[in-house]
Amino acid sequence: MAGLRLDAIGHRLLAPVNLTLAAGELVFLSGPSGSGKSLLLRAVADLDPNAGEVWLGDAARSAMTPPYWRRRVGLLPAESFWWAESVGEHFPVTKTASASAPPPIVGWLAQLGFDPDVLNWSIARLSTGERQRLALVRLLSQEPEALLLDEATANLDPAGRERVETLVETYRRNARCAVLWVSHDPGQRRRLGGRSYVIRDGRLEPES
Amino acid sequence: MILIHLTPWDLTLASVLVLLLAAMSWRLRLGVERRILIAATRSAVQLMLVGFVLKFLFAQTSLPLIALMMLVMLSAAGFEVMQRQKRRYRGLWGYGIGAFSMFLSSFTVTLLALTVIIGVEPWYQPQYLIPLLGMLLGNAMSGVAIALDSLTRQAWESRGKIEARLLAGGTWEESIEDIRRESLRAGLIPIVNAMGTAGLVSLPGMMTGQILAGSPPLEAAKYQLLIMFLISAGTGLGSVAAVWLGSRRLFDDRQRLRLDRLAEADGRH
Repeated sequence: MAGLRLDAIGHRLLAPVNLTLAAGELVFLSGPSGSGKSLLLRAVADLDPNAGEVWLGDAARSAMTPPYWRRRVGLLPAESFWWAESVGEHFPVTKTASASAPPPIVGWLAQLGFDPDVLNWSIARLSTGERQRLALVRLLSQEPEALLLDEATANLDPAGRERVETLVETYRRNARCAVLWVSHDPGQRRRLGGRSYVIRDGRLEPES
Repeated sequence: MILIHLTPWDLTLASVLVLLLAAMSWRLRLGVERRILIAATRSAVQLMLVGFVLKFLFAQTSLPLIALMMLVMLSAAGFEVMQRQKRRYRGLWGYGIGAFSMFLSSFTVTLLALTVIIGVEPWYQPQYLIPLLGMLLGNAMSGVAIALDSLTRQAWESRGKIEARLLAGGTWEESIEDIRRESLRAGLIPIVNAMGTAGLVSLPGMMTGQILAGSPPLEAAKYQLLIMFLISAGTGLGSVAAVWLGSRRLFDDRQRLRLDRLAEADGRH
């Protein structure tokens, strides 16, 4: 698996950022709201116009088609959106039949406290917290090689937060996946360890 | 063919009805009397002017003059489509997408009708070309305006869903396909409905005109049918082109959704 390297990635709120994450490394990002953390993740995922280059291992973003890049470098937005009627329709491999769901998805669902039957549920039935947890499973089912998490546990109760942390940690270790995690929760940053950066006055600085 | 000529006196009588309507609006405080009078005056001036222009064009049958008339019609239609958008594309695109789609559809269908179906000699004989193009442009205009407006409105409202599909590794076309389909449907429904009820509820305008002007009803019906088929083809083609161009313009070369290419909402809608 490959590391993630941001090479002078900049947008209108943020001076160009150079940041290297080794394969399987976890890096936290924090900063006041409106400082441009989410915009930085969107820029890395190539969702907004941005300057600079991102490397996944030794493959450049600009040499890849955008859909392929976004599958490999998965972004979990703070608010999850769903475009079809049922949960299962959003997953790349399995459609609805829970029996045929590939084992990893079933395992991930169980880790977050869901029955495989959740794939047949209608989106309208889900609570905000359920949507957020399922969005993580949806993202992992793309088998990303790097993860960009934006407030992945913001709407969850302590138990749900712990489950999500465990799942991300398991995936990170097993897939040797670099994780860039925007989090407001100092406790979370302490619990999981790893380097921490903070955005101050439009610059990325190591957290002291 | 008996054509009863309308005298200015006949028209004056009819206009008294409009004056009565305006008076009623004033009496009941509906507040639209000014607009009624202005619209009535506008229609009188515009139609008389067009009548004179067409009389002149019919007498000449000169291709450059006819082309000029076609250009005027197209630019008016393009302007109208732009006016009806809640969120317009910035820059020339706001005008260009609608105008180009209507040009593509109306002009090709008109040309096809004149050369292959009706077989007019020369093909640009203005008695046929101008009214045909007018009917096609007018209807394509409604279809294109509705389809484009629906496309940009929905894209604006569904930003989260579109970007979720992009993040899931979808191409720009996959991420907007539902909205495209909805917008096309919205653009086509009026003409499909019009075809379905033609003749049952009211006689279509052109057929009415032909019958009043003395044509045999069956001939008028055949012409109306021809026009309806042409109109639906033209409207469909125009809407498809507008939705394709419009949705393409919503994404850039890195397949990002670029809602910044749309202007702020127009307050009048």
